[in-house]
Amino acid sequence: MPLTKENILILLEEVKDPEIPVLSLVDLGVITGVEVLEDGHVTVNMTPTFAGCPAMDYMKKDVERTLEKHGISKYTVNMTFDKPWDSNKLSEKGRQHLKEFGLAPPPKYDLILDLDILEHVKCPYCDSDNTDLRTPFGPTLCRSMHYCNNCKQMFEQFKPL
Amino acid sequence: MNEQAIKDLLYKLADDQLILGHRNSEWTGFGPILEEDIAFSSMAQDKIGHSLAFYTLLQELGEAEPDTVAFTRNANQFHNSQLVELPNGEYDFSLIRHFLYDNAEIIRFEMLAQSSYEPIAKVATKLKGEVKYHVLHANTWIKNLGSSTEEAILRLQSSLNEALPYALGMFEKSKYEQELIDAGVYAGEESVKAEWLKRIQSVIEKTDLKLPDLATIEPKFGGRYGEHTEHLQPLLDEMSEVFKIDPTAEW
Repeated sequence: MPLTKENILILLEEVKDPEIPVLSLVDLGVITGVEVLEDGHVTVNMTPTFAGCPAMDYMKKDVERTLEKHGISKYTVNMTFDKPWDSNKLSEKGRQHLKEFGLAPPPKYDLILDLDILEHVKCPYCDSDNTDLRTPFGPTLCRSMHYCNNCKQMFEQFKPL
Repeated sequence: MNEQAIKDLLYKLADDQLILGHRNSEWTGFGPILEEDIAFSSMAQDKIGHSLAFYTLLQELGEAEPDTVAFTRNANQFHNSQLVELPNGEYDFSLIRHFLYDNAEIIRFEMLAQSSYEPIAKVATKLKGEVKYHVLHANTWIKNLGSSTEEAILRLQSSLNEALPYALGMFEKSKYEQELIDAGVYAGEESVKAEWLKRIQSVIEKTDLKLPDLATIEPKFGGRYGEHTEHLQPLLDEMSEVFKIDPTAEW
């Protein structure tokens, strides 16, 4: 397999979010850049979802392991804030996978966060909009807790950021 | 640009976040309801992550590595405001402190996102999005409890009166203040304070609480220059206990 940016991105599809195993790091949008030099040195830039997310270190190591597994020995993986992550960076495929996993995907928004965006999230189980935000702080930093008044179930959302 | 001025700014941002993060973490397992237990724990995790981002910038400027900076200094080397080191007290006090602190912090981050010092601007751009949730959380609870039962209103009012002198201490000026403003690194404490006052007032107006006349209150200064209350050193001792057993341990 020739070492190209496109091929590296295909390899990195294998690396999943450790807490949401259906979501690849590429679809999560945390891989912000891949560069391949003429001598074969591969640079992967990553950006954290939440600055305090304990999974980010794990994800970085997972990227390094995956590169090595595919015979790439010369690499640098950087974690930087150069291109900050926001939830609009989740791909359509990633959003679909989240929903199938039972996590409401974050809405695409103009990055101005207000209560209207957080309330009335579409329930991932029954698609009703008749839902309430219970708390923006869920089991992990990236999830909020909601209640569906239609199917009477609690559900989580991958929260907009 | 004087590097000392940038370092001073970074230390004050980082130390505030670390110390309040630690105080917030003390609610883990003790929150008045499960959702608040989780909320304060999550905010603790965010804030300690934010302190790491700023300590990392300090390391890039030649300071020691983040764990060393966080866990081996004594109280008189910390630049946090005295507000964040005060004990949690009852939930009403923690909530009021969280409200007063986070409404100021988000303004700092919004302003720093425009900083002429690019490394700070990048970090602040990222963090201001996360702190929005902290502010939303604080404002929602202040609005709900501040217009609920007589006991809730009395308790919050008493905590507000107690916390305000310390909250004003957050805006203690750096000795490099004018230099930072002139260089476009930071808008300065006066600007942050003026905007903060507007924002907290607009929330308090929606409740039965009263904001005392701030002109009559003597701010508790000193924190930015290493002068702290008796509460900081015991907190640091506890925070660094595990690190100090074996500073070279790998986790």
